[in-house]
Amino acid sequence: MMELVIHSLLILPILGFVVSLFIPEEQENAMSRWTFGLIGINLVILILFTAFWLLQGFPSINVRDWMIFQTKGYEFFLDFYFDKVTAVYALVGGFLTFLITVYSRYYLHREKGYKRFFNTVWFFNLGYNLAVFSGNLETLFIGWEILGISSFLLISFYRERYLPVKNAVRVFSIYRIGDVGLILSMWLMHHLWHENITFSKLVNLELVHEHIQTHNLVGAMIALLLLVSAYAKSAQLPFSSWLPRAMEGPTPSSAIFYGSLSVHLGVFLMLRTYPFLEFQTSVRIFMGVMGVVTAFIATNIARVQSSVKSQIAYASIAQIGLIFTEISLGWVDLALFHFCGNAFLRTYQLLVSPSVVSYLIREQFYNFKQQPHSRISWLPKSFLNSLYVLSIKEFNLEKLNFHLFWSPLKRGGRLFSFIRERHIWYFFIPLILLGVAMLYYFDQLQHTSSTATSIFFAMVGMVMVLRAFAEKKNVRLAWWLIAFNHGFIALAVSFNEHFTYSHVLLYLSGVVASALAGHYVISLLKKQEGNVHLHFFQGHVYEHKGLALAFLLCGLAISGFPITPSFVGEDLIFSHIHENQWFLATCVSISFIVDGLAMIRIYSRIFLGPHAKTYHEIAYRSS
Amino acid sequence: MSQSNHWDHVLHELKHYLPSQAPLKDFIHHNTLHGFQSNPFFEGLQKASAIFGYKTLLPLSEYRARFIKGDITIDTIQAVIAKQKPTEDQDKWVHLMLYGEISEELDERVGKLRREWVKHTGIDLDSMVHPILFRILCSYLDQGISMWRFPEKNRGFLEALRSIETTTHNSFFTTKEAREWFLKGDCSIPTLLKRIVGDESLTEQYLFDQQFAHQGWSGIVVSVETQPESLLDGRKISLEELIVFELLLELDIMTMKKGADFAPLSTYLLPELEGLFEPLPQTPASEVVKLWQLSLEKSFYDQVIKGLEQNMHSTKHESKKSFQAVFCIDDRECSLRRHLEELDPACETFGTPGFFGVAFYYQPEDGKFKTKLCPAPVTPSHLIRAVGANAKRKTDAHFSHQTHSLLPGFLISQTLGFWSALRLFGQVFKPSMSPATSTSLQHMHKDSQLSIEHHGEFDGDLQIGFTKAEMVDRVEALLKSMGFVKDFAPLIYVVSHGSSSVNNPHFSAYDCGACCGRPGSVNARVVCHMANDPEVRSLLKERGLLIPEETRFVGALHDTSRDEIVYYDEMLMSQAHRVLHEENVRIFAEALKANALERSRRFVLLDKKLPKEKVFQSVRNRSVSLFEPRPELNHATNTLCIVGSRKLTKGLFLDRRAFLNSYDASIDTNGDLLYGILKAAAPVCGGINLEYFFSRVDNQRLGAGSKLPHNVMGLIGVANGIDGDLRPGLPSQMIEVHDPLRLMIVVEQEPEKVLSVIQRAQETYEWFINDWIQLVAISPSSRKFYRFEGGQFVVQPTPEKSVAVMSHVDSLFASVSDNLPVILMES
Repeated sequence: MMELVIHSLLILPILGFVVSLFIPEEQENAMSRWTFGLIGINLVILILFTAFWLLQGFPSINVRDWMIFQTKGYEFFLDFYFDKVTAVYALVGGFLTFLITVYSRYYLHREKGYKRFFNTVWFFNLGYNLAVFSGNLETLFIGWEILGISSFLLISFYRERYLPVKNAVRVFSIYRIGDVGLILSMWLMHHLWHENITFSKLVNLELVHEHIQTHNLVGAMIALLLLVSAYAKSAQLPFSSWLPRAMEGPTPSSAIFYGSLSVHLGVFLMLRTYPFLEFQTSVRIFMGVMGVVTAFIATNIARVQSSVKSQIAYASIAQIGLIFTEISLGWVDLALFHFCGNAFLRTYQLLVSPSVVSYLIREQFYNFKQQPHSRISWLPKSFLNSLYVLSIKEFNLEKLNFHLFWSPLKRGGRLFSFIRERHIWYFFIPLILLGVAMLYYFDQLQHTSSTATSIFFAMVGMVMVLRAFAEKKNVRLAWWLIAFNHGFIALAVSFNEHFTYSHVLLYLSGVVASALAGHYVISLLKKQEGNVHLHFFQGHVYEHKGLALAFLLCGLAISGFPITPSFVGEDLIFSHIHENQWFLATCVSISFIVDGLAMIRIYSRIFLGPHAKTYHEIAYRSS
Repeated sequence: MSQSNHWDHVLHELKHYLPSQAPLKDFIHHNTLHGFQSNPFFEGLQKASAIFGYKTLLPLSEYRARFIKGDITIDTIQAVIAKQKPTEDQDKWVHLMLYGEISEELDERVGKLRREWVKHTGIDLDSMVHPILFRILCSYLDQGISMWRFPEKNRGFLEALRSIETTTHNSFFTTKEAREWFLKGDCSIPTLLKRIVGDESLTEQYLFDQQFAHQGWSGIVVSVETQPESLLDGRKISLEELIVFELLLELDIMTMKKGADFAPLSTYLLPELEGLFEPLPQTPASEVVKLWQLSLEKSFYDQVIKGLEQNMHSTKHESKKSFQAVFCIDDRECSLRRHLEELDPACETFGTPGFFGVAFYYQPEDGKFKTKLCPAPVTPSHLIRAVGANAKRKTDAHFSHQTHSLLPGFLISQTLGFWSALRLFGQVFKPSMSPATSTSLQHMHKDSQLSIEHHGEFDGDLQIGFTKAEMVDRVEALLKSMGFVKDFAPLIYVVSHGSSSVNNPHFSAYDCGACCGRPGSVNARVVCHMANDPEVRSLLKERGLLIPEETRFVGALHDTSRDEIVYYDEMLMSQAHRVLHEENVRIFAEALKANALERSRRFVLLDKKLPKEKVFQSVRNRSVSLFEPRPELNHATNTLCIVGSRKLTKGLFLDRRAFLNSYDASIDTNGDLLYGILKAAAPVCGGINLEYFFSRVDNQRLGAGSKLPHNVMGLIGVANGIDGDLRPGLPSQMIEVHDPLRLMIVVEQEPEKVLSVIQRAQETYEWFINDWIQLVAISPSSRKFYRFEGGQFVVQPTPEKSVAVMSHVDSLFASVSDNLPVILMES
């Protein structure tokens, strides 16, 4: 019975999303009623189910589900889990999403992109539910990825303007770092347990304790990788500056995603994997200290914000910092409680944020004081002013992120700017063929592996995506570099460990199909528009909605998004990297990060931003 | 020209063309393209478009769609071409208009020079300078969002920055060089430009490029510089300071990227650029679009002229007046007046600017500041204070700074946070008044006492209250300007207006424009007090204005989004008046309901099949619903301003598109009254009209874009996201149903007299002679129409096609949400 309900709670969002895609653009009523109606039903089921579950003495429920792929020593299956963490997150999510969809029915009325907004909300809802109901990291990862994409789409909702698109790409890149943290921790987990461990097994204290005892370092690494993912998703230091910049969509979407649900998913990840952290004191100390530091720094930044949304964003980051500390201290229930309160408070504050003008001006009119009281004004002026300037500059976090992540990638890519389109034909295809031949030869000789060769191919793949990321002119070149990267990764892994070709096929099948389709879309666009490049945003979605959508799908597929078999392949490929092969794993994971980034960059540059044609209203670059 | 004169001139030019919108609390409509107003309309538009890249008229596709829809007929097009292109092949123009393939691409001149940086150095200055510049600027100007205010905010902008810079270990700049320059170097614009740009001949364009890359912020700086009083917590900042700081930041970035000896821009090979203000070639696109615009306008103007003519011939019953009501000229009152007259044919209504001729500052009892209540250009010398009956201000912890601090935030999020969830639920399913709502009633408490009488007290330069003589002058001027000098009814209502809304940073644009974007309630009360004063009455009598003793003036406030009305000082009425008043209250209530129903036709999501009471309720709910971006549609669709007696328009359905100013030509022998009216009506109504016009045709650049993603910056403006430029102009939700048509003022007066009146003041005349406003005169003697063209009045033949005649216009309200044509109502 319980399983059935859990299934229905997941099937409804899928149904909702799919049907919403087919509701015609001009049918505002149908779209909004379908959305808040179904989400409302979902919420009612959830509430009844939770009540029933409470009466049962709130047992933890694990539902092992659909086996997606199985081979010797490896299985990829969906698994769902329901415990108090799930219950709280699902209820808060359901409640807020329901209210926001009712709210948006009026708020978004007549807005261009009404349908797109609701589609994206559905997509988000689907990802959120998958994540909070997930029973293992693989399932969680699917939800996590969906959330990443839907965030990108919501931030760039006003896609005809420059800043939303620029910020969406930025935020996506931070999310990507979180994704890789998760991929790598899945990889290590796999080696640690020799299976795709479910959360229900993680609760088994003795089992966890025993494993961590024997694999101390690996345990710490996994914990740190999970923390990186959580910090990226929850805008903790050093990633914090993305959150205020994500406030580009319509206010209700910012309120629910960046005010409440999305930004608390890092917390969720930590709550989920808490049993794993429990015995690692040093990690817990690190997490606790980081939480407090984030809270202090974010509070200072919040204090100097002069725009209402960034103020709320930083205030929320500070509270989330405290929540992380609460988890590190083992106060899981408090953390859950704090999450709910913070989520509700920030959602409401963001929703009423436009009212701040009339409210505060009225306050000012009646209560104005020239020098408002401050608790720290006794401190030396030079200290205060320095802190003020530092807070205005957001503790240089934006710069740090830029120097740490963005500019090395750009510079790395520019190193290889000598690679041109012709090299693909003269050099890379022959190299792949050579690799395949060698592989065949190895096979004949019964060699099992060659680490050096595999690292070589992995690095070639990495160079390709870096190059793709830095490409400014040639769209096709960038696109094919992304595609070939996967070929080289496949080769690299094949040299690393002998395994059946079917794994490689599984991995590459989606890549090849989407690469060809993407190539076709680019050619179609080029035929109609002539010069299509990557210098700046060109906003071709204005005239080519269909092509834009098709290209986005191809791009998602090619970067391992869970819509083609390549997604499973990606995970599978990782299982063939050994736990001590850090370098190889790093190369491959960097390739995956940059691959997704390069793809989203191509999509944004071609299809989003201010339109290259100026026969209609074009927004300023500064808006 | 000497060096410093040259720079003064450049700064002056910049200020002239930058947007001039004041901070949000003082949102006052003005011509968005005021910088081009000294040009003839279409020429100015074309210039604005070529220089700054604005779309200034609708796209061709939209005009053509209107033609297919039937809004514009082929006859109208032909008539326009015949007039505009009398010597040319007319079929050619028709063909071009209908089928010509004409490029509407724009390649604006501004920005081209500065773009060369990216081309030659790969450095995108805007993307590196803007975020930090906007952030510092916003923090400095902030009126109350940040918890930690800008240190030294009471000093001038650069002075404050310098003072911080000398006491901090953490500079605003990245490089030592820029910091040193700022603290010790010559921070004058020419010196900085010489270092950054080099060649002096390029510097003027460079500054335009730089400032127009963020015209929102530059505009607000100019506005604070010229009207410092528009910020309650004042700031000393000038455009010059902004430019200096921005140039220093540019210097900083260039030094960081290219070293301290980076090459100035002019050392690179630059393309030959045409000067910003060099003459423009005529393009077929601009001509064709102009013809379309004229056709669209003519389609509507013709209806109005024909309607007015037909209306002259319909018979009017004159009877003893039951009551009279004076309204603001605001186009939103046009329909309420119609409903009142329908419900009580014996009543009479008037229109006049909503400050009712009394200009003053207003200060409620515990208010820390004074609010100006009169048209923006006027500087009052009086002060009205309110005492007693303090309005209790409810507070809302959600706006409290405490929620953003660390430990209070910790406690609040876990307590108030759950209350927020309930509040949200409540506000979504049952919207109600909350402290977040901005209501028109808050402006002045109904039962407060106003210091209207002068007792020798002063507050600084301001005289508290008015003397009897001043009162007489004002009441006389008010009544005479409306031609309201006889047939006084026992009760005369002076109805001001205001608007309630929530989640609306532009709230001030919804209130009375003649009261500086505030409700006009205080003004209504003040003027009624004056007119009821026995001494004033007797002095008026001496001047030949006899107001019967039994006549009483009653002040009132009409809330235009809620369609509610509040009456002031009711308890001062005599018993006899109270009886009459009660009957009138009933009629007003009915009329307001009818008005709300009429407004509901525009609200697509509202189910009009519901019972009337429900529809009324849901119209009113819009003003308190957090999720409603359109509490009302404000001035959308305004196109007309009629200066004349109500007889001219009574019985004519104008679909809330007209500003109505009462005026009686017969008592205005020397044109002084008309002069007073037009001096105010042209900039006020013209400003409203053109702000809607331009926000509609280019909502991205001249308007504020969709309000849904707006983020409030420092309580002074809105931006998209957190690091964008300010967005002046109107949001798309305010203008989407607006048709961009220029205002047509119709004056009921002899054309010769009108001509001499408009020529009295150059700033008024500019509106007409350059065609930013259309002007038509109706001769009271011959009843002929005259149109103002090229400096003179010419006879305007009335169109042949009659306007529709209908008995129940109300029946259209439930079914039609588009603009309705002019209709003659059968009574």
